[in-house]
Amino acid sequence: MDKASQKTKKETVRKVSFPVIGMHCASCARLIERRLKRVPGVVSCSVNYASEQAVVEYTPEVGGKDLSDAVSELGYKAILEKEVEKESLEDIEKIKEEEKRKELDDLKIKVVFSSILSILIFLGSFPEWFGFLPKFLSSSFVLLILATPVQFWAGRKFYQATWSGLRNRAASMDTLVAIGTSAAYGYSLFSTFFGGHLYFDTSSVIITLILLGRYLEAKAKMHTSSAIKRLLGLQAKTARALFVKAEGFKAKNWNKDGKYEEKDIPIESLEVGDIIRVRPGEKIPTDGVIIEGLSSIDESMVTGESLPVDKKIGDGVIGGTINKTGSFIFRATKVGSQTMLSQIVKMVAEAQSSKAPIQRLADTVSSYFVPIVLILAVLTFVVWYDLGYPKEAFVNMIATLIIACPCAMGLATPTAIMVATGKGAEKGILVKDAASLEIAKRAKVVVFDKTGTLTQGKPKVTDILPFDYSSSSSMGINDLLQIAASLEKGSEHALGEAILEKAKVEKLEVKEAEEFRSHPGMGIEGKVGGRFYVLGNRNLLNKKGIKIEEKVERQVNKLEEEGKTVVFLAEGKKLIGVIAIADVLKNGVKEVIKGLNKRGIETWMITGDSQRVAKAIAKKAGIQNVLAEVLPEQKAEKVKELKGVQEKVVAFVGDGVNDAPALASADIGIAMGTGTDVAIETAGIILLNRDITSVLTAFDLSRITLSVIKQNLFWAFGYNVVLIPVAMGILYPVFGLLLNPALAAFAMAASSISVVGNSLRLKGMKI
Amino acid sequence: MTADKLLVTIFGVGLTALIWWFFFGKKEEVVEAKGEVDIVVEGGYKPAIISLSKNKKTVLRITRRDPNSCLEEIIIPEFKIKKYLPLGRTVEISITPQKQGEFEFHCGMNMYHGKIVVE
Repeated sequence: MDKASQKTKKETVRKVSFPVIGMHCASCARLIERRLKRVPGVVSCSVNYASEQAVVEYTPEVGGKDLSDAVSELGYKAILEKEVEKESLEDIEKIKEEEKRKELDDLKIKVVFSSILSILIFLGSFPEWFGFLPKFLSSSFVLLILATPVQFWAGRKFYQATWSGLRNRAASMDTLVAIGTSAAYGYSLFSTFFGGHLYFDTSSVIITLILLGRYLEAKAKMHTSSAIKRLLGLQAKTARALFVKAEGFKAKNWNKDGKYEEKDIPIESLEVGDIIRVRPGEKIPTDGVIIEGLSSIDESMVTGESLPVDKKIGDGVIGGTINKTGSFIFRATKVGSQTMLSQIVKMVAEAQSSKAPIQRLADTVSSYFVPIVLILAVLTFVVWYDLGYPKEAFVNMIATLIIACPCAMGLATPTAIMVATGKGAEKGILVKDAASLEIAKRAKVVVFDKTGTLTQGKPKVTDILPFDYSSSSSMGINDLLQIAASLEKGSEHALGEAILEKAKVEKLEVKEAEEFRSHPGMGIEGKVGGRFYVLGNRNLLNKKGIKIEEKVERQVNKLEEEGKTVVFLAEGKKLIGVIAIADVLKNGVKEVIKGLNKRGIETWMITGDSQRVAKAIAKKAGIQNVLAEVLPEQKAEKVKELKGVQEKVVAFVGDGVNDAPALASADIGIAMGTGTDVAIETAGIILLNRDITSVLTAFDLSRITLSVIKQNLFWAFGYNVVLIPVAMGILYPVFGLLLNPALAAFAMAASSISVVGNSLRLKGMKI
Repeated sequence: MTADKLLVTIFGVGLTALIWWFFFGKKEEVVEAKGEVDIVVEGGYKPAIISLSKNKKTVLRITRRDPNSCLEEIIIPEFKIKKYLPLGRTVEISITPQKQGEFEFHCGMNMYHGKIVVE
């Protein structure tokens, strides 16, 4: 399905999930399902007996009553109050946090308990070192009593996981721990009754250390996903909605003189069109448009934009941001999962679940890892035994099982991606998937769209030159501007808007123009104050037979070389002045280009402007290469050409609707947040803070993340490649070294924690 | 070679073969999802291989019965899905595959695997 049709489908099909009461078996669920599917307009339906929930997708013509009637017809009851989204991310986060806390508490108790027992076992196992301790502690039966709860109570999870895995013919980390420690415990149990060496210290210490490692790892991992929690925390809980006084229903139309009362309502019951008041210092509850009042709003938490933004009537506000000074009233335009904040949360969550291509190797290895380690452990035993070292055979086999750490490999990339995407979101840089983050680092060519990306996208009047010669009246700058503005009154053309804006700034009165006529693509003409004027480009002057003197031509050429667009104003057949209009470069553009060049990245600018204007702007920005006079639909082609010719990784930075194909065809698309949804959909990285300098930050984030991932992978692979053979006893023939299984447990626990810790380092890094 | 060593060697080689066969020799059954499919997470994914149709929305209803924290998350990279699976609760994931192929899914630590086959 293509994106467009998917989008329309999304818009027309609604989804509701509601509890159904009265089901007593799975076939009831099927029955309800079949009935609901027969309701006209229901697209899909599923009823879950276990959770007692029905999920229905339907077109807008279906009402809640249709659904509840269908259910009650069968003798069940549907609790259908209002449309709700499926279990929201926030709920899941809450459940997850609760379960994590429980897990941590449980682990803590087990770690403390098994630590105490393990210390006692350790002391008792080496009476020759700790002679001062009572003798009974060294009794094999006492050691057995102490080791048993550690093995089966503290270590219960290892057995559970092993058992369920084996039933599925799968194995994990826990399988290795369970088999390793069971071997040590089982052998010692046998020795307790029939004589032989005891390994209770080994089994207990391994379990304790691995549990401790798990505890620390779980604690550290909680920090890796804090970005989503932070974003979810931005959401306001209530909104102060306006209700029509006396009537008691929510106001949908705003009238200054209307009588309203304000009520705090939960955010979930907000609907599009609701009218909401926000007072100073309050959180804005949802996305909308201001209809009364003005204020300064701190949007930093959502967009990363550091300065408060001034907003007036007609301006959009973002849910989750904070109103600083004024009180205002706005109309909700988006609620629930459609708000910008929800979309950001969704995107961050998606990015964190995507896979970086660099992870592929680790994936392949980890799917064979545990069975291979099991085989290596068996071979270790066989070889050592055959060489005549039965005791070493046993110890080395356990060490091999314990030292192997597939976890570190599994954690290496995802933890780094999680922390990096979170860090990016904090700075207003949304990374849509891990692959974009990885590719960004390799970018060798960056193509910038001109208008709106490098420039403000709003042309401004830069020069007004009146020609004071032989005219009946000598014109001043303001006179010229006033006439031009009067002719342009009501214009929607970008250049006209620039002239009107300038007149407004100069507080000039804009007069009515008479006998107005427009010449598309050339300019306009009309009477202002009884005199006839022509305003337009060179083509219009030619058409009207108005001559441009050489002196004027020189001035005009100079302006054009500076990248400005020149508009001529003539009174009758006489040229009386020119107005130069230019789009101004955004702040920081030069620094970005310099920074990219410094990093060895080629810069290009792509625009529909004429060569002359384009070159002038590129020169100002410091960009080396220009692609001018490119029609919007050709942008993607040009990007593809660049990719093909150079065989380099090409990034495209743009914002407008017409940039979408180019963003998609580049290896990595970077969209400015001010842009439209379409552009954002096709981009891999979105700069929500609208700050062009974030392009550099995004590249730096990519570079740093990649280096952390590489360190992690190197460490995780290196650890296993080096230490597994050591545990098998490869150093013994030359150095006489063997790895103590308890030490192996320590190393194993440390390796996972170090990988998570290294990823967390990204949080504190300055980019 | 003494008898015990011979015995250990034979036993070891046999065990190696058994491990190999046990973990790599299993034949997974492909379950066709007709709009929806229930997946139980218990020591892995049952069923582990699911076949879907291209461009058709399918709801995966996943219930985790295994307390092992390794399995607490399911990740389907191709569809950019990472879901936390609360123990004993059914979590629904809707996907609409847009291209054919085989796409892996796995647990949070990438130790248990499953596959989505889009036809």
